[in-house]
Order: sequence, then C-alpha cells, then structure tokens
Amino acid sequence: MSEFVTLTIDGKEVKAPKGSTVLEAARSAGINIPTLCFLKDINEIGACRMCIVDVGARSFQAACMYPVSEGLKVITNSPKIRETRKVTLELILSSHEKKCLTCVRSKNCELQTLAKELNIKDIRFEGELQNYPIDDLSHSVVRDPNKCVLCRRCVSVCKNVQTVSAIDTMGRGYKTIVASPFHMPLKDTPCVNCGQCIVACPVGALREKSSVEKVWEALSNKDLHVVVQTAPAVRAGLGEEFDYPVGTRVTGKMVTALKMLGFAKVFDTDTAADLTIMEEGTELVDRIKNNGKLPLITSCSPGWIKFCEHFYPDMLDNLSTCKSPQNMFGAVLKSYYAEKMGIDPAKIFVVSVMPCTAKKYEAERPELASTGYPDIDEVLTTRELAEMIKEAGIDFKNLEDSQFDDPMGEATGAGVIFGATGGVMEAALRSVPYLLTGKDDDNVDIKVVRGVETVKEAEVEVNGIKIKAAVVHGLGNARKLLDKIKAGEAEYHFVEVMACPGGCVNGGGQPIQPASVRFDLDLRAERAKALYEEDQGSTMRRSHQNPRVLKMYEEYFEKPGGHKSHKLLHTHYVARENYPENLE
Amino acid sequence: MVCRSHILICNGTGCVASKSPEIMAKLNEHLAANGIEKEVKIVKTGCFGLCEKGPIMVIYPEGATYCHVSPDDVEEIVNEHLVKGRIVKRLLLGDKDAEDVAKSLENVGFFARQQRVALRNCGVINPENIDEYIARDGYAALAKAVTEMTPQQVIDEIKKSGLRGRGGAGFPTGLKWQFAAQEVNDQKYVCCNADEGDPGAFMDRSVLEGDPHTVLEAMAIAGYAIGSNQGYIYVRAEYPIAVQRLKIAIDQAREYGLLGKNIFGTNFSFDVDIRLGAGAFVCGEETALMTSIEGKRGEPRTRPPFPAVKGLWEKPTILNNVETYANIPMILLKGAEWFASIGTEKSKGTKVFAVGGNINNTGLVEIPMGTTLREVIYDIGGGIPKGKAFKAAQTGGPSGGCIPAQHLDTPIDYDNLIALGSMMGSGGLIVMDEDNCMVDIAKFFLEFTVDESCGKCPPCRIGTKRMHEILERITEGKGEEGDIEKLETLAESIKQGALCGLGQTAPNPVLSTLRYFRDEYEAHVKEKRCPAGVCKAMLNFSIIPEKCKGCSLCAKKCPVGAISGEIKKPYVIDTAKCIKCGVCMDSCKFAAIEKK
Amino acid sequence: MKSIEELKAIKERALKEISIRENENKVRIVVGMATCGIAAGAKGVMSAFIEELNKRNIQDVTVSMTGCIGICRHEPIAEVYEANGEKTTYIKLDAEKARRIVAEHIVNQQPVIEFTIGAAEK
Repeated sequence: MSEFVTLTIDGKEVKAPKGSTVLEAARSAGINIPTLCFLKDINEIGACRMCIVDVGARSFQAACMYPVSEGLKVITNSPKIRETRKVTLELILSSHEKKCLTCVRSKNCELQTLAKELNIKDIRFEGELQNYPIDDLSHSVVRDPNKCVLCRRCVSVCKNVQTVSAIDTMGRGYKTIVASPFHMPLKDTPCVNCGQCIVACPVGALREKSSVEKVWEALSNKDLHVVVQTAPAVRAGLGEEFDYPVGTRVTGKMVTALKMLGFAKVFDTDTAADLTIMEEGTELVDRIKNNGKLPLITSCSPGWIKFCEHFYPDMLDNLSTCKSPQNMFGAVLKSYYAEKMGIDPAKIFVVSVMPCTAKKYEAERPELASTGYPDIDEVLTTRELAEMIKEAGIDFKNLEDSQFDDPMGEATGAGVIFGATGGVMEAALRSVPYLLTGKDDDNVDIKVVRGVETVKEAEVEVNGIKIKAAVVHGLGNARKLLDKIKAGEAEYHFVEVMACPGGCVNGGGQPIQPASVRFDLDLRAERAKALYEEDQGSTMRRSHQNPRVLKMYEEYFEKPGGHKSHKLLHTHYVARENYPENLE
Repeated sequence: MVCRSHILICNGTGCVASKSPEIMAKLNEHLAANGIEKEVKIVKTGCFGLCEKGPIMVIYPEGATYCHVSPDDVEEIVNEHLVKGRIVKRLLLGDKDAEDVAKSLENVGFFARQQRVALRNCGVINPENIDEYIARDGYAALAKAVTEMTPQQVIDEIKKSGLRGRGGAGFPTGLKWQFAAQEVNDQKYVCCNADEGDPGAFMDRSVLEGDPHTVLEAMAIAGYAIGSNQGYIYVRAEYPIAVQRLKIAIDQAREYGLLGKNIFGTNFSFDVDIRLGAGAFVCGEETALMTSIEGKRGEPRTRPPFPAVKGLWEKPTILNNVETYANIPMILLKGAEWFASIGTEKSKGTKVFAVGGNINNTGLVEIPMGTTLREVIYDIGGGIPKGKAFKAAQTGGPSGGCIPAQHLDTPIDYDNLIALGSMMGSGGLIVMDEDNCMVDIAKFFLEFTVDESCGKCPPCRIGTKRMHEILERITEGKGEEGDIEKLETLAESIKQGALCGLGQTAPNPVLSTLRYFRDEYEAHVKEKRCPAGVCKAMLNFSIIPEKCKGCSLCAKKCPVGAISGEIKKPYVIDTAKCIKCGVCMDSCKFAAIEKK
Repeated sequence: MKSIEELKAIKERALKEISIRENENKVRIVVGMATCGIAAGAKGVMSAFIEELNKRNIQDVTVSMTGCIGICRHEPIAEVYEANGEKTTYIKLDAEKARRIVAEHIVNQQPVIEFTIGAAEK
C-alpha cells in the first residue's frame, strides 16, 4: 500500500503523503494558498477561512484542515473563491483598528501582507468597531484587543504549548475577545511573561512593554554611565530585523551599532554565563556530595522560574539559587566593576538586550537588588534594539565588526550556547568534571543534549559517579517531565528547563517571523546553528577556562559558592497562587 | 376497584404554564368531595398538539376532548361529566353536537389530517409511567432487535425505511449508522441532540416531555446497531420539565433492566446519561455539541473527520435528533415498508411541525411528508385569524426561508423546500400575513443569528453582524443605494466561507425574502416606505380630518404631547414629536387615525 | 428484565389499565346514571360490569355512564353498543344480571333476550 496519494490541485497532479492536508500538498507543489490563523504545529483550526478552497463539497473547505485523498480535485483559485476570500478579509479589516502607520507591526504584519496579496482596494462593509481597553499593566506583555483578529494563535501557544492558559477566548459572536479569566489584567494571572504569544501573533495585538524611551533618556543623561550587555541569542536573531536570512550571526555589527548608539561599554552576557556555570556547577557538585536536593534545576529562564513558582511550588527547593546570567552580570557591574573602575554604582545604568520578554519582569523582581541597587535598570528585546538602531539612522548592513569591551567582553564557547536548548546543560557538563576532580574530561561537544526533541537525556560519568541529566524546553514539556519526576518515574541529578520552545533563540523578544516562513523553517534549529557555530570557532570552550571569570574570583568573589557569591550572585524564590480565591 | 374513567391532562410546558397542575389539584379536590376518587384515574400526559386550545383535558372512555379548561371549570366537569355522565358541551372541542362524543374530533381538521408516529404516545400515556409505555408496545422494538436481529439487519431496516434526520439536514439515518458501525473501535457513542434551539420550535420538547422512553429505546437500538454501550442526551437546560421526565424515565428503565448490563439476557449493554446545554444555539451543531459534552467551549470544528469516524473524545459517534429517534421503534415493529409507504419518494415518513405565527390553530402537528403547505395552513391550521391574507410561511427557523403564496401547493419534503430557497429545518413553521414586513422578519432572524454566532470564523462572526447592521439601517429608513446588493454579496460569501451550518445558513432568511419580496426591500431603500406598515421609523401617524370628531382623547393619551387641536375640530399630529407608539390609534373610537 | 416474556407480561398488565383510552370502534356498555338510575342502584350495576370484564381480561369493551335515557321506570338501564353501531337495551338490571350479560352477550355474542326492553314490552 502506497504511503502517498495523488490528487489534482488547479489541474496539476500532486503526490502527497497520506494524512497530510491540502495546504501542505499545495505548498509542496509551489501553489500558494493564503492563510491567517494557521501556524504550523501550533494552531491548525481552520477558523479564519482565508485558506478556503473548492473540493467539490457543498461549501468551500479550509485547506489547512482538509485531508488529501486519492483522486481529490482541488481548485484553489477561481472568481468565486477570490470573492469569498476578499469579502472575508474585508470583514476582518472592518472590525480591525486600522492604525497601521503607527503600529508596532507595520511592515511585518500578516494582515497587512494578506490585504496586499489579495489586492484589497476597498473595504465595502464598515460597521461597528469595538473599543476595548488596552492591558499594559504587565511588565512584559501588552495586549491590545482592538487589533486582535481572533486567530487564536496566542491562545493555542499559551494553552497547548506552554500549558499556562493565562488567556483564552471569552464571550461569543461579535463580542468574542481574547482575555484573561474574569477580564483581570495579565499581571494578576499566572502568565509567566514568556512572550510566546507575542511571536505567535500575526498582527499588533500583542507586543512587549516598551523600554525604548527610557533607554534613550538614559543615554542622553550625562550623569549616567550607561552600559549594555547582550544575551547570546540576540546575535543570532538581530540580523533578521535587517533582512538577513534566519540564522545569520551578526555579533560584530551588533557591537558596533550599540557603540554608535552611545553606550559607554558594550559587554557580553556570555561572560556572565561562564560565571553562572562556575556557581551552578559548584552548586551541583555540592548537592551531589552532600545529599542535597536533587535534581538541581537550572534557573536562568525567568519564564520557567515564574512557572515553577505558580505550578510547582513544592519544587522551589530544587531550583538552583544562582541568578540568571543577566542578573549576575548586573550585580557584578554594580559591585566588582564599580569598585574596579571607581564609578559610583548609583550612576551605573545597566541595560540588557535580551531575546526574552520575561527578563523585563525579572529585572523588576525586588529581591534582585542585592548590591543595594537593582541589578538591571532596563531590558530591551532584540526587536527593541532594532527599533533604536533604525531610529538612529544607522546603516546596519554596512557596519564594520567590533569587539566587546573589557573587563566583561570575553566569553568561552560554553557561554555562547546558553541561548539554545541544551546549551546550559552542555556548558555545565563541560565544567562539572573539572569542578569535581580538578581535571577536564574528553567531552566538549555533548551533542546528545542539542536539538529540538521534547526531552533530551545525557549521562556523564565522573569519578565513578554517573551524573544523569535531562534537558527540556517549552513549559508543556517541562510539566510532563516534572510530573514524571514527582511520580518517581524518572530520576536525574541535573535538569535544564527553558521556558521557550527551542530555548532563548526562540524567545518572546526575538524577531517575529510570519507563519509562511515558519512553515518551512524551524526557527529554533536555524538560529541555534549560529550559536553552535560561534562556539566551534571559540578558542576557549569551557567556562572554567575564562580568564575574566577567574580574575573575578581572584579579585573579588574569592571562590564559587563563597560568601560574597552567595550574597551577590544568588537569590531565592517565592511560591505564588494561581488565581485569588475570592474574586471581587 | 378498577378505574372506570381516565382523565388525561396535558402536562406539556405550554399547558403547565396555563395552570394544568392547578387543574389537577382541583380535580383531586372535587373527586374526593364526591367520593369517586378511587374510580377515576387522573393521568398526566404529554402534549396533545393543539396548544392554541390548551389546557386540554380528555376524558375516557367517552373520549371527550375539553379545551381551554380552567381550574374554575373543574367543579362543573366533575359534577356533570364524572358524576352524572353528562358531557360539558361548552368546553368540548370539535363538533359539540356529535352523537358519539368520541367522534366529535373526526372532522376537526387539526386532528383528522394528522398521522402520529413520532407523537404516537403524546397525550395518550403518562410519560412518568414506564408500564404505560410498555403497554403500547414500548421496548418491544428493542427486544426484537437484540434477540432476533443482527446489528447489520437493524441498520439495513433503517436504511430501507428511508428515514432521514429530522433535525434539519435530512441526512439518511441508516447511512450514518452504517458509517459508525463499520469503524473498528472499542468505544463508540450514541448521542441525542435535544438542544432544540430554533426560536418557536418545540417538537423535541413535546416528545421528551410526553414520551421520553421512545428516545431511550431508540438510542439503545442505535447502540446495538453500531456497537456502542454508552449514550448521551444533550438537552438544553431551558427545558426543565423535559430534563426531569428524562431522569425519571432513565431511572425506571434501569430498574427494569432495559438500560444497563445484559439487556434481555443478551450480552448487549447500554446506558444513557443526560448532559445539559448552557444556552448556546450553536451547541445544536453536531461537532459543537460534542465539544460541549467534553467540557470545552461549545464551538464547531471542521469536518472531516466526521463524528461517525471521530466524534466524542475522538471515538466514533452518531448524533441523531429527538424526533428521528422517536420514529425508530415503530420502523422496527411495523417494518421499513410501512414507513416507506408514507411520504414522498425521497422523503419518507411523517414530520412534526410546530405551527405558529399568524394562524388560528397554533400547536404541534405530525403530518405525512408530501402534505401541501396549503393543507397545513388551512385544513389543519384553521387559516389566518381575522381573515387576513396569507403572505408567507417560514420554515427552518433562522436557517430557513420563506415560502410565498404562489408555492402553497408544494408538497412538503426535504428537496422541494430546498428548491424553493428554504429548508425543512427541525420543523418550525411560522405563518405570516399581510401585516408582516418581510424585511423586518429577515432582520429578526439575523438578530438571532448574530447573537448566537460562536465567533470562531469571520464570515459568520463579522459577516452576519454587518448584514444585520445594513438591515437595521434599511428598517430605520436609512437604507442607501447599493445596500441590497451588499446584502447579496455578503450573503453569498458567508454561505460559502463559514465554518459550520449556523453560518452557512444564516443568510437564508435574507436571501429567501429577497427572492420573493424584493419589492418590499426596494420600497424601504428607495422610497423609505414600509409597505406592511411595520417598520416604525418609516411610519407616519396622521389624523384623518374627515373622521376626526375633535374629542381630544388621543391628545390626552399621547405620551409626548405631539397631538394638538381645538375641541370639536380635527386634531393634528406633529410628526417631529411623534414617537410612533401607536397609543393614539388604539384609543381612537372613530378610526380616525391611520399609519402609513 | 431478563426476557421478552417478562416484557410481554408487563405489557398485558398495563394494557388493561390504559385500554380505556383507545378510541377505536369497540363494544361499549353505557349505563344510565341519572338520578333515577342512581336511586335504582345503577352504581352497583356499573361496578359489576367493570369487575366482571376485568376478571375475564376483556380489554376492548368500555363501560361509561350517561344521563337520563328516558325510560325511568325501567332503571337500572344499560345499553350495549356493538362495534357496528347496533344497540341492545337492557332494563331492570342488578349485579347478577350484569355479570350474565358479560358472560353471554359480550363473550358469547348471545344477547340475553330476557333482560332486554323488547322482552319486557311484550
């Protein structure tokens, strides 16, 4: 029995695998069918009716849902189909807040693209427009229901991929709205700020809370010493904002652009990542040797931390007490760096550029100010940095490369791969043998923890101890793994959890690619390639080899896990209720 | 002592609302006062159908049908009829002077023309007594199926009968069961759609309230046919009496072992549970209904996969309407040929209609397919009240269309109605006369659809809203050139683009009224005039000077002081102030006020 | 319920109960129950008819009452209507006679001539 069927699309014979949809079959044959609510593997519900085709049924069918079958005759484009699609799109436009010129998604909006593609020259059916309040109380995510097209991609990602369900469709018919339970603001829900909803949204209904103005302000303040650190994933994504292909590394140009924006120093978060490995690796060794709480679970993903605080408060003690690299860096800058450079820490303004929206929430956590000053002053997403670069008129594509500044500009390859799922684990495993025995083992490329499978496992034998590790990305997968651990069905020493599917490279702050690009390209894998490439090209590949980091201990922190480390580089967590018991 | 007389009292929702429980209480009182309470049995039954004349009471053995009975009539009924044997003629329905009172209904068109199959037990048995159901061959069909027939034989019989879904779509029932039967799966489900959402429809309600066991029996038969052991009845929560009667029926059936394990000693087991709806018309749609049972937002999904292959909890599921099920036991007992002998070539059997609107005999009727609309409206329905002219009959509720006078002789069946631009629907039939505005009617149905749209797909969510906005403008006298064409454009695209049946059929009332009454639309848009005199915004109330006596009564009644004049001289209405409430016209004793 | 026989038994039992509601052409016994009839004991006659029919499991015969038939001196009176409309008028009845009428006229199709009005008038 053949695994393929032959169908006809627009008169063209197409061979397609059994179980695939008409949309997939058409794409494989180079036939483009417009979509709006479709987002591969995340939202496939046939709701928007843009992809309708004629399959000979009583009414047109959604190609994204209709299964292929032997001998099926499909017409994707006819006057009636075009008219129906146009009317449907005009209806969507008629209930959409058309402030395109000032919209954050102008020029990268799937609705805008569709309107152009379908040649809409007139909206024939204007009518009542809803006037919803914008929810901008969250530190990370802003929701604007007036621009929402009710495609439910955000709902799908929050409910099915992240299993948080902080938003869902409420109401019925024309009054349908995507909102949080009881219309409470997002900040009062268990929303973990991961921003996956933002990168799933085809239009401007979801965006990050903007810090751009505040950063411009700081940069023009002569009294402040404004420094910036960039996360590893940023360099793998920033290029897309300037039309580079997905997965292009733009590290050098990124640094140059930041210098041109006026930052006094441009640092690399990867350096702090190496520092994190030192602290966390030591923590792991300590727990293993002294029967501490296992598994040790990584704590660099603030989306994951909040998820744990809401849904697995009984596992808070498993979390590493290490701050994330972002915050370790901030603490280092306002203590070690301030002292070394003789700058008043009150005048140091730390900006971090992150692929992450949850980092904005993390920066506001009151306990993350152990130097007496907030570790981080403002967080910019990759997208916001691009906005600033464009606003400053910088011709990004033609910039020369530059290097990061000292004393926090050097990082090992281990630090770079933090941005991909499995990166933290691999970086740690490269150093753990040394931390345990004082000697390196042969493992540098631990490929078994790389890639986008839902759960990855590794086992490293050091001094007769078999250290079992697991890596999971996407909170839905984290949930499954944690449930298994709680039920005693799986045992590990060390677990890496990243809230975003694919890790930080696919974070809520990264450039947004439309569904059409995501149909063929796995952003997670493509962007991660850039990081592994940089790692391969590094001279130093293990965190404990970083001279900058070693100097930090020598000059300031004494030793990993020491008293000063604990004060400045470690933190604690807080159990959080999901929804208030009494809703008034 | 055996009861020598049975008094059947309708306890359908309509009559309950008109005090039939009080009537029963009074009966108990007066029978006891006369010492005959042990000889007379009071029986609660379901809907007789002639709701216009309710509350209905039938007394046997004479077979006297009393109508418009009120609690105050009870004393007389007891004293005259039950004690003295004298029929109370003033309350009698039909030929009051018939020699044999049992034959008094013979010539009452309402009853004479009906063929009650689905409603066979309604108004005859006490729905809360399983024995009475059994007395009328209840559960004999189930017994026959599980002990004498194979599942495939049952399916073949249903296929042969030509039964088509009575919920509206008219899909061949036997074929649906066949699809589910041929799926290989250890778990299958049988569902009953008792969500009956069409405004004004109460066919299913009457079956559930008057004969719940027929649904249970049919579901068990269906379970046997397709290989399922679990059924769900999804009933709208707005039917509390139906829910209660179903619960009682299920308990009684379980007690008798007619539901549960090893029915009739075979290894066929089947049980039924009730699931309540939560007020959404869209949950009458097959996939939305199942999604609702699963505890999720009641929204439809795309098909394929069809529920017979992947339905409730992704298992093969059949969903049939209450009325469809009500026919099943009779088909098995009397045979597919008998069923197929009723009706037309492509639409077999009977159909229950809820007749309402501007018609004399509002109520429930069951007629063979192929009966013409004219017969239903005039012979059975008793014609239009006040001698008004018939204008159109709306079938199929918010998914259907209007049938004008020129098509009154069309035999009613699935295909004929679709050809006319309407559809059978679940059986609602609303009669309109010359005083109804067809644009207003279309707006009414669209309002319903806008409210009930689930919101998942833009054509329905936004499209129906935009259509409604245009209709609102038209009926407010603000119609613009091009509005009618816009309605047509939207209607076509919504029909083709919507995800589910609700959206796909939502434009039907508009399309159908445009087809037959385009002139009314054009009068609204071009002349800002409502020919039927319904759309208030375009009405002008004026006083006919020749008829006005100057009594000033209208001026006094006017709530906004829009009428002025001198006593004994013709008064005048200020149209700028007039809010068109019509109070002046109602109070004028000289018919001197007109609206146009 | 474990067998069809059990179902049938319930049906038989219940049918007796509700057969009174069937409106088909059947034999009807109408007992005069006006004041004269009641005074003459028509109630007992009616009870006797009902009980005898019940005892014999006869379900397609109804017993109902009517008002004054007119021939008051002959009360208690009962009229038996055949399915084809033919009527037999019995007069001066009591419980015993009622039972005989059931046995002979209803069951055996032999009207009890000696109880009829015709016989009395001779």
